[in-house]
Amino acid sequence: MSFINYSSREINCKIVYYGPGLCGKTTNLQYIYNKTNPETKGKLISLSTETDRTLFFDFLPLSLGEIRGFKTRFHLYTVPGQVFYDASRKLILKGVDGVVFVADSQVERMEANMESLENLRVNLAEQGYDLNKIPEVVQYNKRDLPNAVTLEEMRKVLNPRNVPEYQAVAPTGVGVFDTLKAVAKLVLTELRKGS
Amino acid sequence: MASQLVMYEEEFTKINAVCDRLTKDANAKVVFLVDKNGQLISAAGQTQNIDTTSLASLTAGNVAAMGGLAKLIGEAEFPMQFHQGNQLSLLSAIVGSRVVLVVIFDNRTSQGLVQLRVKKASAELHTIFETLIKKTDGPGSGSPFAEISDDDIDNLFSE
Repeated sequence: MSFINYSSREINCKIVYYGPGLCGKTTNLQYIYNKTNPETKGKLISLSTETDRTLFFDFLPLSLGEIRGFKTRFHLYTVPGQVFYDASRKLILKGVDGVVFVADSQVERMEANMESLENLRVNLAEQGYDLNKIPEVVQYNKRDLPNAVTLEEMRKVLNPRNVPEYQAVAPTGVGVFDTLKAVAKLVLTELRKGS
Repeated sequence: MASQLVMYEEEFTKINAVCDRLTKDANAKVVFLVDKNGQLISAAGQTQNIDTTSLASLTAGNVAAMGGLAKLIGEAEFPMQFHQGNQLSLLSAIVGSRVVLVVIFDNRTSQGLVQLRVKKASAELHTIFETLIKKTDGPGSGSPFAEISDDDIDNLFSE
């Protein structure tokens, strides 16, 4: 849930990148961090294991500029994708304003994608949110790999709600900013409704 | 799902005053007030060399993780946490189950004094937040963004 400060004229929103293990959530944040101006970003915090797997979350604060005199700030979080970190994933969804579901396009990860999407639905519901209503963007990552599933097939199982969707190759940045912009827009539009 | 946190000038000034006073009364280095979702609300004391945004996010992560642990053993939450370091120590207290008060201090003061002052400040902050929540939920408190247009949103992303 966003935080509006009339005194300092700031608005802060929280976006969570969700998806199965090794789908590229952290890579999305790393690319955004590397490609944004130093004055618009804060530190990228990664709470990860010694083998660079996300243990708790990654965090990147970004300033997008002003809207009607209010500074807009987005706090980007990733969750740990590995199945056994479910307790941590639930915590990170607290107060979320928008979700990016990062799917792994490789055919052998389709089951993990579906499992993770269902897990997102359940964990959001536990926090009182409905995946059918919350601002959401789907990113089909790893489109450059030879074993990538067709877009039609992925769409059918991972985007039944027909939310904005993007193809991506996160390490090279393809689709990364398109995804971020789309989710930020959805969050701001939702805010306009006064949710 | 809790409602959106909205901060108004009047309450913001009061909150800052409580944090300033706590810094002096507890002889602390820094005092932070953080929303449980990781948003920084107020900071007082020697904040110059501290990354306040990261501190707020990590505080929320820590409180959330400890809250999860508490529930596993049958506690509602751990309202107060103390972490002792070589030079600096950190004490955090949950205020009104909504925000977290964080005090960073060195050996010029003691844990006991900090804890005592935190209790007093927590009570004051609790009252301020009660007022704030009533104000936010009250009539005429629609979204300040109701007036924004698609163009306003698009302009944010124009390069």
